[in-house]
Amino acid sequence: MATTTSAPPPSWGQRLTEQGLPIAVVLLFTMALWYALTVYLNAPGAIERVLEPKGPWTWQDLVAATMTVQRPVLPAPHQVALDLYSSLVDWPVTSPRNLLFHVAVTGESTLVGFVMGTLLGLVLSVCIVHSRTLDKALLPWIVASQSIPVLAIAPIVLVILGTMGFSGVAPKAVIAMYLCFFPVTVAMVQGLRSPQVIETEMMHTYAATRWQALWMLRLPAALPFLFPALRVGIAAGLVGAMVAELPTGAQAGLGARLLTGSYYGQTVQIWSALVMSAFVGLALTAAMGAIEALVLGKRRQL
Amino acid sequence: MTAPPAPSPASVPAVEVRKASLIYNPHQAPVHALADIDLTIAPGEFVSLIGPSGCGKTTLLRVIADLEHITSGTVQVNGVSPHEARLARAYGYVFQAPALFAWRTVLGNVKLPLQIQGKSAAQCDAIAREQLERVGLSGFENKYPWQLSGGMQQRASIARALSFEPRILMMDEPFGALDEITRDRLNEQLQQLWQRERRTVVFVTHSIAEAVYLSTRIVVMSPRPGRIVRVIDSTLPDERHLGLRDSPEFMDMAHQVREALADGHHD
Repeated sequence: MATTTSAPPPSWGQRLTEQGLPIAVVLLFTMALWYALTVYLNAPGAIERVLEPKGPWTWQDLVAATMTVQRPVLPAPHQVALDLYSSLVDWPVTSPRNLLFHVAVTGESTLVGFVMGTLLGLVLSVCIVHSRTLDKALLPWIVASQSIPVLAIAPIVLVILGTMGFSGVAPKAVIAMYLCFFPVTVAMVQGLRSPQVIETEMMHTYAATRWQALWMLRLPAALPFLFPALRVGIAAGLVGAMVAELPTGAQAGLGARLLTGSYYGQTVQIWSALVMSAFVGLALTAAMGAIEALVLGKRRQL
Repeated sequence: MTAPPAPSPASVPAVEVRKASLIYNPHQAPVHALADIDLTIAPGEFVSLIGPSGCGKTTLLRVIADLEHITSGTVQVNGVSPHEARLARAYGYVFQAPALFAWRTVLGNVKLPLQIQGKSAAQCDAIAREQLERVGLSGFENKYPWQLSGGMQQRASIARALSFEPRILMMDEPFGALDEITRDRLNEQLQQLWQRERRTVVFVTHSIAEAVYLSTRIVVMSPRPGRIVRVIDSTLPDERHLGLRDSPEFMDMAHQVREALADGHHD
């Protein structure tokens, strides 16, 4: 029997020092390391292209030059932040120069793929737990599908879907789905099998049908397994959607932004797209966590 | 809905077991879980199955409940096979653990069998509330199982088993995991419930005091092979209270059960 003696919730000040401080320390350390790497990696280029032609230079000149040089090997954090900020503020949301435009494009295929992948995962897992034959027949293929790198399969899928007349969101969503369905399937197979013998037998004594047992026992019992898989799945779907944008020479999307950045050696642009996609991934997983808290909040195991 | 179930014709026993045997692993290393069981339970009886672990008392109950199948002999529940009886929702089964669903409230848990039977939402709600009142859990409808004590959880599971008014109630050591004080109180409540409704109860226990206090008939079983050594009719009055347990009649009954258990052991 669970007893719940919870201490009073900590004040904001306490939470700031208890949770904020470690995060701040790690952030500071990362920033220091990033700046050090910026100087170290950009120094040869800066000396060769900026400082040597102008004559004698001091180390202060060198540090300044590593952070202003054109097409740096590694842009400094503040350069990335400024580029990100200017793309969000200086351009309308409908402009391809605004990163939110690309977030919307990639986000659409991610979400469509995520929904399709989750549904596919649910259907597959229900089939697998209800049929020994399907369990034996499907599971090896599902596992095998994930050992193929998405980079290899993406162009094939895009070409095939293209000849079938699908273009735009659909092919990208399919790649996102391809990465999403796997964690959902595996977690749901485990979750649907998680009810104890006693619970299954109880449903049996009530003469419940298979569907009633699925709906009233197996599915609710599987929910705690589903949500972590959804968090993994939506992040994987984002990667899938971005990868799918690479081989199409797509004009829009975070993946396309990465590609054009690397075509033209715009490292700052690449980095701001990367940082933006990390933020999108964080936001999507956090949204899943919020839904989980909403759905499972009242539940507690005995 | 709330009236006690209509008594079935006296000619049809609630449970009838004839020459029933259950052998696990019949080909290699056979285990005789049940051997030549003969037992007839009339409607309205409170019958306890008692014996040491491994004597097949739970197995016998599970056979009657269609959770396990005999290898020879016949079993009938309300005049039909256990399978048909289960599909006709003839019995409610209370397990050793409450097995309440963590994602449902207490009320939602009691509603479960009613929802499976396809009753309307309003009916489910009304019946479940009334059942909770009968086991003294009014006011806990919207609590979740983890918010209840072990005894209250088991009471909720009894309310759930009785929610669809089955003619037979089967209980497999329902109070085994509870402390003695809680167990005594629940025994008293179960006795009163049976007094009011006279539902047929088949009750598995390994407590002599529990069996004697509750039953109209005590079936003493013994292991290897699982068989019935003696059936003892209770000489205690129908109206019982916990104080009865210090009376000479009670002591005498308990003594008989203990003797029978010892006989089974020496065989």
